[in-house]
Amino acid sequence: MSTHDMFVTAAYALSAIGLAGLIAWIIADQQTQRRELAAFEARGVKRRSERAEKANS
Amino acid sequence: MSETGASTSRWADLANPTRFVALADRVILWLAGLSAVILVAGCYLAFSAPEDYQQGTTVRIMYLHVPFAWLAMMCYTIMALAALGTLVWRHPLADVSLKAAAPIGAVFTALALVTGSIWGKPMWGTWWVWDARLTSVFILFLMYLGIIALTRAIDDPTRSARAAAVITLVGFINIPIIKFSVDWWNTLHQPASVFRLDGPTIDPSLLLPLMVMALGFTLLFFTLHLTAIRTEILRRRVATLRRMEARRAERKA
Repeated sequence: MSTHDMFVTAAYALSAIGLAGLIAWIIADQQTQRRELAAFEARGVKRRSERAEKANS
Repeated sequence: MSETGASTSRWADLANPTRFVALADRVILWLAGLSAVILVAGCYLAFSAPEDYQQGTTVRIMYLHVPFAWLAMMCYTIMALAALGTLVWRHPLADVSLKAAAPIGAVFTALALVTGSIWGKPMWGTWWVWDARLTSVFILFLMYLGIIALTRAIDDPTRSARAAAVITLVGFINIPIIKFSVDWWNTLHQPASVFRLDGPTIDPSLLLPLMVMALGFTLLFFTLHLTAIRTEILRRRVATLRRMEARRAERKA
């Protein structure tokens, strides 16, 4: 592998790591919020708009 | 008349967080799949494209560096529009969109700086110079970090929204500076070679993979932005529910 190839490999590897990290963080954040919402729902806590939706349907 | 009525009501629908979440649920997986397919095709094209006659194989860094730099500026522009949405139209999702976009923009800006540095070493003989283009993009990165800190420092989103919007709009002055820095000042960084008034100066064999990669990363950006907006809406619901539960507990006590 020439030195130039090493620069190209480093650029692609670091970009892949950076984007994978960003994607993983965004998905993990989403899972955390979903879990919290599910926990509130299990305890029967609802927002006013949700109660209104239920009443209308 | 009825047509414009229908289209404005569709826009108004998007302002309703519940409708926005429903729309995002439908779109995100498709967008993610499409960006993955286009990025794989882009990588294939990038590595089968001919090498540059002067730069050799390092020209392949361009297929990452240039889209990252474009997206770094596009993301800030979207945030500036969202800031207008907060200050002028008081759109309920504008602040959510601004807050959700900032970390994504910061990562794309960091990657533009890193890939540029890795490209600079073999081609310029240095990892970094304080020329106008590199410095102005570094300032953009710092502004992203500042906005991230500000949007997360104040718990009440209605209060942090105005501050973040004002800072974002003031910082928008940096975007034309980045774009025209290579024309206004003598920089080591090359001037524009794709978006120029007299047309691109890159050979089509290198331009095609660049455009495919740029499209793929743009779709990836919107996939991540939509997902982050949806998560932010959920986070605000969690905060509301937590307040309601605390109030209810207080009443019982």
